[in-house]
Amino acid sequence: MAFLDKHKAIETHATLLMVLAFLVVTVGGLVQIVPLFYLDNVIEKVDGMRPYTPLELAGRDVYIREGCYVCHSQMIRPMRDEGVRYGHYSLAAESMYDHPFQWGSKRTGPDLARVGGRYSDEWHQDHFANAKSVVPESVMPPYGFLFNRVIDGKYIQDVVKTHRMVGVPYTDDMVANALADFTAQADPLADSAGLQERYGAAAIKGGKDVNVRNFDGQPELTEADALIAYIQVLGTMVDFETFTPDPAR
Amino acid sequence: MCAKQVTKAAPGQVETTGHSWDGIEEYNNPLPRWWVWILYLCIIWGVGYTVAYPAWPLITGATQGVLGQDSRIDVNAEYAEWDAKNGPIKEKLIATDLNAIKDDPELVAYAERAGAAVFRTNCAQCHGAGAAGVQQLGYPNLLDDDWLWGGTMEDIHLTVTHGIRNTTDADARYSEMPKWGVDELLDATQIGDVVEYVLKLSGQDHDAAKAEAGMTVFVENCAACHTEAGTGDRVQGAPNLTDAVWLYGGSREAIQQTVFYARFGVMPNWNQRLKEDEIRAVSYYVHSLGGGE
Repeated sequence: MAFLDKHKAIETHATLLMVLAFLVVTVGGLVQIVPLFYLDNVIEKVDGMRPYTPLELAGRDVYIREGCYVCHSQMIRPMRDEGVRYGHYSLAAESMYDHPFQWGSKRTGPDLARVGGRYSDEWHQDHFANAKSVVPESVMPPYGFLFNRVIDGKYIQDVVKTHRMVGVPYTDDMVANALADFTAQADPLADSAGLQERYGAAAIKGGKDVNVRNFDGQPELTEADALIAYIQVLGTMVDFETFTPDPAR
Repeated sequence: MCAKQVTKAAPGQVETTGHSWDGIEEYNNPLPRWWVWILYLCIIWGVGYTVAYPAWPLITGATQGVLGQDSRIDVNAEYAEWDAKNGPIKEKLIATDLNAIKDDPELVAYAERAGAAVFRTNCAQCHGAGAAGVQQLGYPNLLDDDWLWGGTMEDIHLTVTHGIRNTTDADARYSEMPKWGVDELLDATQIGDVVEYVLKLSGQDHDAAKAEAGMTVFVENCAACHTEAGTGDRVQGAPNLTDAVWLYGGSREAIQQTVFYARFGVMPNWNQRLKEDEIRAVSYYVHSLGGGE
């Protein structure tokens, strides 16, 4: 046991102690984190997943800014009671274009992983303006100001570029047309052929067409448009008809 | 416990570690034996755990663990267990004619409870926990006998399955009221007149002269859907204007708003989210709330 008596050399040498302590902590990271980047089965291969459209991306930024993740999770766990209430359990693939992911860790409000299409746009308008008007028991604060905040997409191309930089597969075409797609999605009268060509059913295997609507029911393009567009696509992308769960993962 | 014993202790005395800081020395009391043994057992248990459960990352995957535990297998087993319990009654519910459900006490007992659960999970957000809807905001009350698209079992079942005016189901119920004011289909006087006529139809205070003029406007523009008598048409989801039940409010201002901007209530289709037995159960539940036809 003589080598155990050598610890005095480490304990009396601050730099050596720091370096060795760092190496010990690194092992934890190497074992737990690094494999997730190279193992094949970390993210399922599914059909239908596409990067967010510029408008949805802007809505996602509003979601993060307002701290929605503090009260809402976006992670349906593989348990029957959650499946019955919220739908199919969340897949890793469904957050692969989220930087950062919005899994959350607290459900003061319900899980939102599959809230897309569950309510009408009008319901979201009423609910964001005053949640108690439709759900009297709700403790959600009002977000009516979102309907007054007009957005012009001035920086939307930079936002798309930034997401491409961290690994979201936006094409040059998507980046170049970011602003056009941004405005087209909230205007049912605009020409949205380009938007559908880039993000719609034709572009993505197993994908669906992008929702093109006046999400907030007002003529102006507001933060409410962006947020509702984002909310309405949550959990709707994966084509579960072609998805076969691999139990061995 | 592994520190070198520098200073031999006299019998009955605790030895010190031999370290000295400004003359302060440190006792070298051994750790309690029970504590040390728990530590060793935890280490052994920890190694066993990584063998039993998925743990060690390898080149293409991680070790699966000898127990074969997997939360996705577990959840399927959980579903299978409940399917085995409720499977037969669900199959019976699907196989039974919608109008015959009420004649089978077993199905009634199941459909009422299962339907109530589905309703509270999925429908209450718009129609309210008690199914009274949200008056004035356009979320229909399901307790009364006033139905926009019909209140028979078949009608309710169709509405729940395909929804109303959504963009996700081609079979959704659909109709669209023209935006008489926004799209300048009627001028301000005509709208004012027809609003008075609608007030008259529903037996409210109104300006008789204007209502007289409004009748012509109504017959020419509104009667195609709401019928000449104003009693509505369920095939088109056009509400009855002669009763006291209003989806968006029946005041002069509210009716004015409705005529000028029109209304476009949307309900999602539930055939993607709910299974057929759940749709049937919730249809029965809604039908049983009081207004079912």
